[in-house]
Amino acid sequence: MSLSIFFQNLINAISLGFLFALIAIGYTMVYGVLRLINFAHGDIFMMAAFFVFYTMTIFSLPWGIACLVAIVLTMLLGLSVERVAYRPLRNAPRISSLCSAIGVSFLLENFAVVVFGGRPKSFYCPEFFTKTFILGGVRVLGINFVTPLVSIVFLSLLSYLVYRTKNGLAMRAISKDFDTARLMGINIDRTISFTFMIGSGLAAVGAILWASRYPQIWPFMGVFPGWRAFTAAIIGGIGSIRGAMVGGFLVGFISIMLVAFLPELAGYKDAFIFIALILVLLFKPEGLFGEE
Amino acid sequence: MKKLEWGLVIFLTGLLMFSLVGGANETEEIVIGVFEPMTGPYAAGGQMTMEGINLAYEQNPTVLGRPIKMVLVDNKSEKVEAANAVARLIEYEKAVAIVGSYGSACAIPGSEVANEAGIPMVGCSPTNPLVTLGKPYVFRACFIDPFQGAVMANFAVNNLGAKTAVVIQDIASDYAVGLSNYFRESFIKLTGDPKSIVGLISYQTGDQDFTAQVTYAAGKNPDVVFVPAGSYGDAALILKQGREMGITATFLGGDTWEAPEFIEVGGEAVEGSYFSTHFDATAVTTKAAEKFCKDFEAKYQRAPSAFAALGFDAFNLVIDAIKRVGSAEPQAIRDALAETKDYEGVTGMITLDYNGDATKDAIIKTVENGQFKYVATVRPF
Repeated sequence: MSLSIFFQNLINAISLGFLFALIAIGYTMVYGVLRLINFAHGDIFMMAAFFVFYTMTIFSLPWGIACLVAIVLTMLLGLSVERVAYRPLRNAPRISSLCSAIGVSFLLENFAVVVFGGRPKSFYCPEFFTKTFILGGVRVLGINFVTPLVSIVFLSLLSYLVYRTKNGLAMRAISKDFDTARLMGINIDRTISFTFMIGSGLAAVGAILWASRYPQIWPFMGVFPGWRAFTAAIIGGIGSIRGAMVGGFLVGFISIMLVAFLPELAGYKDAFIFIALILVLLFKPEGLFGEE
Repeated sequence: MKKLEWGLVIFLTGLLMFSLVGGANETEEIVIGVFEPMTGPYAAGGQMTMEGINLAYEQNPTVLGRPIKMVLVDNKSEKVEAANAVARLIEYEKAVAIVGSYGSACAIPGSEVANEAGIPMVGCSPTNPLVTLGKPYVFRACFIDPFQGAVMANFAVNNLGAKTAVVIQDIASDYAVGLSNYFRESFIKLTGDPKSIVGLISYQTGDQDFTAQVTYAAGKNPDVVFVPAGSYGDAALILKQGREMGITATFLGGDTWEAPEFIEVGGEAVEGSYFSTHFDATAVTTKAAEKFCKDFEAKYQRAPSAFAALGFDAFNLVIDAIKRVGSAEPQAIRDALAETKDYEGVTGMITLDYNGDATKDAIIKTVENGQFKYVATVRPF
């Protein structure tokens, strides 16, 4: 493998890794406060892409504004999913919320099939995103600059929010000890709603970047990225934001580098992602950055 | 309370026996089951096929003086769902014959169920040999992949002068793996050089990031890149990412490429690529096809796709068999289908061989200015 091909793969892997990280954080944040795997997260991701699509086609808004509208709508969607499907089950056994999450996932997917139709739609993105720059034999697309940049901005905002604000403190308190946090006068419901909004908002950002890179949207587009991001969150240690980022990168790198270095096994790359998962679970069951 | 229950049991038993006795009614509906992907990654293919099937159904609302009931079940582009769909059509809907499905990956599990149950099935566009192989109850209206692979290899070597090729295949799709094998076999035979396939790389259904695969392909610098994708969506993304990663070779593919989404998603990247397919409205060979094109345009205000044409043919093959044998019994339909000879279809003259496969011309198309364009017709060799 020549050096330029290696760097080409490296750029591709970084780009993919950031996308997985953005989605993985949604899983990990919700798990952190609720001890619940939000299986609907991949579908909230899908809805975000459709929100952009329809805001642009129906209201003919420019791309940038459509994205902002979509992010807000997705946050509201996350909020209402929590209200309708998870809050009534707050004191029920955990398995009930899990079933409810899977139910929401199917509901959103099939809602999208009925309303948006099963055929894929082409996703608009600004010209700069698909422009190719050749830097020393390595082809870099506009989106390869945009994805890391946008991700870093949002991830820094997130860590500011979680570690430097009152709301973040409340979130961390709830994830440490739900009941004590409540006794201390933390508004549990509000904080959990807030967490869902942030997680969904990041999913929306991820969805916009994802759909700009792979410009095809359809009702099941969230399933595969969702599962891989979920795996990433587990590998990194579910509940840990830093872990989700590292896990996202790891999954992105395995996806790309396995194909690059072992082309014969390219078709089985998912198997290797799950082998990595099993190894992590065997030797460090709490994940790379998880708490015991 | 006990009495009421017993009464109910007797009533239901009576009802059941009555319905069994009243079975072969003269005016009873003949149910033809259809399983097609209406959702999922093959949705466009299934929906295009349904346009043709609906037209055929509209033109043949009755057969043998009995009304036909066409029942469609969505197989969701999934293997397990496809088997369930066929089981549902046979057991619940009591279909006497099955039509479908787009995509060999769905048609193969469906055909297993139909064959086991002894219900005849006619595939519209599944091209993998395994759909019909060793299944006396399964037929198809289209050609098969050993031919399709050879057609594209031949086109690459003789028309494009290609000496080297890379193949990017979907390893989870029976169709793609089969077509990839046949293409490589023919390509090596035609170039006489076992090393002429300079690269083979796989991905899996559901992948959207192909950057690693196309980077690999670009690194081999081949004359052509053959992309037997399970779906048009995958193909469009592969071609798009391939051009972005600097592949300059001509892209070649198979019949799954033909969908409007291929051009919408692929945009500039799919221009000048070639693929094989079953039918083109500008190069029809039969009278039936001329009428079909006219009727189709009257109904949908656009030219028919190859899948609409095959859906139309598959449905009509079943009707033709029922008419010839004068019965709607599954076994009789099966026997009549097996004897189909020189049936004037929309996609050419159809004769079903001992495997239940049709031998037909292939059409090569390209993309020019955002439109599919006819290039050539290839006779069976």
